[in-house]
Amino acid sequence: MSVRTLAQKQPASFAFKAEYMERANRVIAKYPKGRQASAVIPLLDLAQRQEGWVSRPAIEEIAKILGMAPIRVLEVATFYTMFSLHPVGRHHVQVCTNLPCQLRGSDAVVKACREKLGCELGETTADGQFTLAEVECSGACVNAPVVQIGDEYFEDVDAASMGKIIDALKRGEKLAHGPQNGRLHSAPAGQRTSLNDAPTPPPKQDLAAAKAAYDKAKAEAAAKAAAPKT
Amino acid sequence: MLADKDRIFTNLYGHHDWRLAGARARGDWDGTKEILAMGPDWIIDEMKKSGLRGRGGAGFPTGLKWSFMPKTESERPHYLVVNADEGEPGTCKDRDMLRFDPHKLIEGCLIASFAMRAHACYIYVRGEYYNEASNLQAAIDEAYAAGLIGDNACGSGWKFDLYLHRGAGSYICGEETALIESLEGRKGQPRLKPPFPAGVGLYGCPTTVNNVESIAVAPTILRRGASWFSSFGRPNNTGTKVFCISGHVNNPCNVEESMSIPLKELIEKHAGGVRGGWDNLLAIIPGGASVPVLPKSICDTVLMDFDALRDVKSGLGTAAVMVMDKSTDIVASIARLSAFYKHESCGQCTPCREGTGWMARVMKRMVKGEATLDEINQLEAVTYQVEGHTICALGDAAAWPIQGLIRHFRPELERRINAYRDAKTRAKAA
Repeated sequence: MSVRTLAQKQPASFAFKAEYMERANRVIAKYPKGRQASAVIPLLDLAQRQEGWVSRPAIEEIAKILGMAPIRVLEVATFYTMFSLHPVGRHHVQVCTNLPCQLRGSDAVVKACREKLGCELGETTADGQFTLAEVECSGACVNAPVVQIGDEYFEDVDAASMGKIIDALKRGEKLAHGPQNGRLHSAPAGQRTSLNDAPTPPPKQDLAAAKAAYDKAKAEAAAKAAAPKT
Repeated sequence: MLADKDRIFTNLYGHHDWRLAGARARGDWDGTKEILAMGPDWIIDEMKKSGLRGRGGAGFPTGLKWSFMPKTESERPHYLVVNADEGEPGTCKDRDMLRFDPHKLIEGCLIASFAMRAHACYIYVRGEYYNEASNLQAAIDEAYAAGLIGDNACGSGWKFDLYLHRGAGSYICGEETALIESLEGRKGQPRLKPPFPAGVGLYGCPTTVNNVESIAVAPTILRRGASWFSSFGRPNNTGTKVFCISGHVNNPCNVEESMSIPLKELIEKHAGGVRGGWDNLLAIIPGGASVPVLPKSICDTVLMDFDALRDVKSGLGTAAVMVMDKSTDIVASIARLSAFYKHESCGQCTPCREGTGWMARVMKRMVKGEATLDEINQLEAVTYQVEGHTICALGDAAAWPIQGLIRHFRPELERRINAYRDAKTRAKAA
């Protein structure tokens, strides 16, 4: 467990902009009547997309929209680690350091980030552009080390490519996300060891015969069960 | 080696079109109506015959799980919930299915829901998979527009609604009851079982929670026949499986292979072998962070299936193979996993909340050897105090890697402790 608390400095109020409110209403409609609390995580996410982080007024507003006690929304906001409870930089650089990434050199990636940005893990740069964070498994382990920046995954990174990514962001450009070493998604580098053939629709079983066999077996089992024991 | 014609996930690498037209060309949504017309009982029976065991880690037979749902609809609606909260370190197979083969999953959701008399299904995707969720949502929209799901799914007369729900970064929400709690809008803290979700699940209604892969393979199994699927692998461990090979291999990758493939063959054929050759291998974690590590001597011959790995006191888990060569600090590796479990414990059960923190702190000292020899036994004893004494399996998952380390690498722990003590004694004498 990690202790997560709200920021000391809070804005005076929060309201969803019209566009975000419309998205929120579409989300709420996914759940059965009376179960709108299910939308709490998506709504917190929308609030974070609008403001950059989750503030106390946002939590209170979402509680009002969903008819929940504010404490229930606060509980959720502090439990799930994707919610930033403090303002973060424009680029949230999240380096995975779990075992598969560690084995492929995430320590060097963290070091490159610290040097390039001039801030430590958990800190935001003085210009407010970057926040550097360490995260648990990002779930792209065959493309380790993985760095998530905003919604994008940068995969197969090393110190050099990490530097390039940060430099591009500083210039206001965005490099293509995905593997940074030229490989195709999760396929092995170089010649593919599988899926070289053009895919064809697989052969189909004879459903009528399968049904007949199934019904026959069922009838036999029923007859056996009904037969008087001798 | 499995032939391409027997691979289910033909777009695993995203080298073809993932949208509806591309999926149809690869055979998805072909004759779905006819499969539904076979009826729920036949579908569940065929799934049982295929021998498919759940692909999320526990390996519970999927057909049997489906059969636990009530046979008739009542005023309480039935739900299927698909677990796409992939977060087990080492595992990234569901990600490729979500982004490159979403229609296999959607078709599977329809068939599984129909078999379990569910009119609604939620797919819970981990929050970080934003682009993956975008692809899936686009595919869901396509399926609605084509009438494949909706009020009259595939013209079968069955009403079926499918919703995507994004999480927000919590490993524990991959546990089925925590996932249900989270979907209801609460902290992801697991529920006591019983009652099992098939009786009381989402919104108090009968619910089945299945892994993405378990659902996505179902349409192909039913289309080609249970006997085709069960022709791969050993009895009780049948089928094909997507393996994730990460760590110290030349070419890390995801690959679909036959179950029961030898571990060494899997790595040498598809991942380009261990970095520096097989003899440079130190150890492998064969099924995601939660299963005990295996030393090279076992890796030489072990088969990749549920029973073979259980027999060597490890597990297939999610089939996420993490390879460590001789340059690896094995103690630091396991200590990293202990730190992970400390971070992800939901805090509900005392043995896990306190135990994961305690184990992580001791493991941190063990890396440097800053401990006494007695503490190895003490650490092992504590892992057994945590294991089996918590509501969910996270406590077990935190205990097993340490147990594996002590079982196979105790001399290394002792060496570090002795070296640290000797260095200290020398420093004092000097």
